[in-house]
Amino acid sequence: MTATPQQAAIEAHELTRRFGSFIAVDRISFDVAAGEVFGFLGANGAGKTTAIRILTGLLSPTSGTARVAGHDVYSESEWIKRRIGYMSQKFSLYEDLTVRENIRLYGGIYDLSKDEVRDRTARMLSRLGLEQSADTQVRSLPLGWRQKLAFSVALLHEPSIVFLDEPTSGVDPITRRQFWELIYEAAAGGTTVFVTTHYMDEAEYCDRISIMVAGRIEALGSPAELRRRFGVESIDELFVQLARPAAAQTS
Amino acid sequence: MPTLASTNAVEIDGLGKRFGATVALENVSLAIPPGELFGFIGPDGAGKTTLFRILVTLILPDQGRATVLGRDVTTDVWDLRRRVGYMPGRFSLYPDLSVEENLRFFASVFGASVEEHYDLIAPIYEQLAPFKDRPAGALSGGMKQKLALCCALVHRPEILFLDEPTTGVDAVSRREFWELLDRLKASGLTIVVSTPYMDEANRCGRVALIQRGRILAIDTPTRIAESFGRPLFAVRAGKRYPLLLAVREYANAGTVFPFGDALHYTDRRDGLMPDAIASGLRDYLRGRGFADVEVKLTAPTIEDSFMARMGEPERAA
Amino acid sequence: MSAFAGLLRKEGLHILRDRRTLLVVIFMPILQVVLFGYAIRTDITDIRVAIVDPSPDASTLELRNRFSATNAFKLVRVLPNPTLLDHLFASGAIQEAVVLDGDFANRLARGLPVRILIIADASEPNSGSAMESYALGVIQGFERDVATRGGTVRIAAEARMRFNPTRASSNLFVPGLIAFVLTVVSALMTAISLTREKETGTMEILLVSPLKPFQIIVGKVLAYLVIGFLSVLFVVAEARLIFNVPLRGSLLLLLGEGLLYILTSLSLGILISSRTSSQRVAMIGALAGTMLPTILLSGFIFPLESMPWPLRVIANAIPAKWFVIIARGVMLKGVGLEYLWPQTLILLGMTVVLVAAATRSFRIRLA
Repeated sequence: MTATPQQAAIEAHELTRRFGSFIAVDRISFDVAAGEVFGFLGANGAGKTTAIRILTGLLSPTSGTARVAGHDVYSESEWIKRRIGYMSQKFSLYEDLTVRENIRLYGGIYDLSKDEVRDRTARMLSRLGLEQSADTQVRSLPLGWRQKLAFSVALLHEPSIVFLDEPTSGVDPITRRQFWELIYEAAAGGTTVFVTTHYMDEAEYCDRISIMVAGRIEALGSPAELRRRFGVESIDELFVQLARPAAAQTS
Repeated sequence: MPTLASTNAVEIDGLGKRFGATVALENVSLAIPPGELFGFIGPDGAGKTTLFRILVTLILPDQGRATVLGRDVTTDVWDLRRRVGYMPGRFSLYPDLSVEENLRFFASVFGASVEEHYDLIAPIYEQLAPFKDRPAGALSGGMKQKLALCCALVHRPEILFLDEPTTGVDAVSRREFWELLDRLKASGLTIVVSTPYMDEANRCGRVALIQRGRILAIDTPTRIAESFGRPLFAVRAGKRYPLLLAVREYANAGTVFPFGDALHYTDRRDGLMPDAIASGLRDYLRGRGFADVEVKLTAPTIEDSFMARMGEPERAA
Repeated sequence: MSAFAGLLRKEGLHILRDRRTLLVVIFMPILQVVLFGYAIRTDITDIRVAIVDPSPDASTLELRNRFSATNAFKLVRVLPNPTLLDHLFASGAIQEAVVLDGDFANRLARGLPVRILIIADASEPNSGSAMESYALGVIQGFERDVATRGGTVRIAAEARMRFNPTRASSNLFVPGLIAFVLTVVSALMTAISLTREKETGTMEILLVSPLKPFQIIVGKVLAYLVIGFLSVLFVVAEARLIFNVPLRGSLLLLLGEGLLYILTSLSLGILISSRTSSQRVAMIGALAGTMLPTILLSGFIFPLESMPWPLRVIANAIPAKWFVIIARGVMLKGVGLEYLWPQTLILLGMTVVLVAAATRSFRIRLA
């Protein structure tokens, strides 16, 4: 564990969560450096969702330690919530509100001043090329735009870490890449990006990745490193190699 | 050709559908011969679900006509409904019923029994059998999809429509699902499947690329990939984001996309030798201070082809 | 297994799996009947009454005794003249006064018309009219007795409650309550069950299958009929045991009619859900479509006779109106199908129409 919390955005050590006799997350340890794009991979049911809930302060671990943005997940979950952004494929924006209303809403939730909200709204809309659509309801935007907007809204309060849960699911290939450029841009600006995906080529886009299998982290490192270490052509191949035996045993 | 129409499993001619101001399908025409594993590849909102729903008699088209198994999808509704198997995009089984109860129910709906056609579902059901008393709602994502497939097969349909069966499912379960489809195809069943994952196109005999309600291309996956038509280069050099920005600023850059562990690059100039393009880009990048620059000619994939045909990505309303 | 048997089995499994809803559905009617039964009871006891009897004799004494004999009244004063009444009313010492003519006994003996004035504290109008009719009831009892003894009596009586001489309100309300509770629960069950299939997406698969709309609809109605019938059994038992509502007619007939009425309500629920796509809308629709009309227009609380004619016409379309007539008929009057066949036919007809309408508006396609 590093002594200086400023250096690591996330530090998890032997993090464990049980539900009754079921161990959803089994002694996982990893660090994510500030400004890093960290890909959190795993099969359905491998424990990713539980781990993310712990790291975002929604669920207490059973044992182990973790600090997110320098705050302890046991005692400072309220602080963590203020310092992180979150976006998921399922829920991110209110579809019956306009683009501007959504931004204002999130600004309010994170206590931004009126001026801040106004400035950041203008910047965000021009960055996304959405000036013309500021007053349209989110539901009438194409999916790809909605996801890009949701990502930007998750960054509105300038969190130090942003958690993205399958942000590009079902998005067309070009928009998907534009989305990743937003991720790079945010990371270049110092924001730590913690992302899950089922697109294995996107795993290659990350600085480092972890692959969770049955509650444990079975691989951790940069995509190139892992390909070398496991002697595989792609992360897809590695993923299948690691996750398949587990899939055959459980469901 | 009317004689041909009766031999194709699916025959679509000038199909169009709109919902209010949104055009869901526009002038879609294609034919799928019996026994083919045919894929519709495209992102969410491309019109795949609308097309599938028209083909399984769930909605009426505004324009054009379509036949499935030689029967008109708008008029031969009840005849078709006994013959097609359909797996909708979202999980559509009874979560409170067990695996076995779901299967028995869907068999009974067709006046069939599970035992009657067990040979067809056996390879899939064997994987589910250990969980047969578990409520369907408590299954993992991959298992749910397998159960849904069983339920769609239990009456031995003559054609199978699977709408995004692998969406949101992890890479391992996806692979297993496609292996099951291969087995079914081997038994002679016509399978029509849709997916947003471009890499899955290679699993199909032929695919249609679909975007914003229009078919961009119909062909075998290999030929679609080959149809890319320009030299494509994989570029690697240290940190990806600075590299991406630098290549974008290169005066001769055509398209630049992140792709796997590299960037995929095309040049905007026509008629140049690939070697010349590669060395030009290499020199430019070295000039920008990148060390270990690697620029290699690479084989285009379906996804490259799709992006090239997409043209402009979705625009905001 | 045939498709229909499969459907029934599946609905049965849904019902059994969802224990919590099952309990609510069975116990809610029981609880509601108790709550409503006590809440809307208008029985009044110990009405403080004064009798003005200017010329007491045997017959006025008999009348006075009748008042003090029922527990509805508490005879607080007997006065020789009405002068004190104003004061007694104002102070709240009495709630009602019965004023006899001066030559009451005399006129009665000679067969001449006698006048009795009933004065009730109507500051609370409902109990005012209730007290008035209680008093009338006592006087009518007196009148009948005198008549059977051979005397001729001419006391003007406004209403005759021939079948509920004790005037226990629960006897009138409970049959109505049964109707109310059964409608709400039944309509809600089917309305939710069909829209749930739309929400979970299973409807999409049912639609693509060869199942016909009629099969899907009847399958749902029949499955829930079993639960509905359990409710009927429970509330009828409750009516007997807790509210002592008499059951003068055939129990079998009552249960059969209850079953028919459940069928009508379930069909109403199915119709509502075949026209809505979300459980929330279906639930609101089922509640709005059953609760208010049943309370207001079935005649179970508010007598239909006193409503303006447009409402009386509309009331004919409320299934509960007909079931209330049937239930009161069987329970209180003890009559059978020979009198109740028109209402029974109407309910049957309504069921057929509702199922047909649900089948028709059930789209065989999405959107």
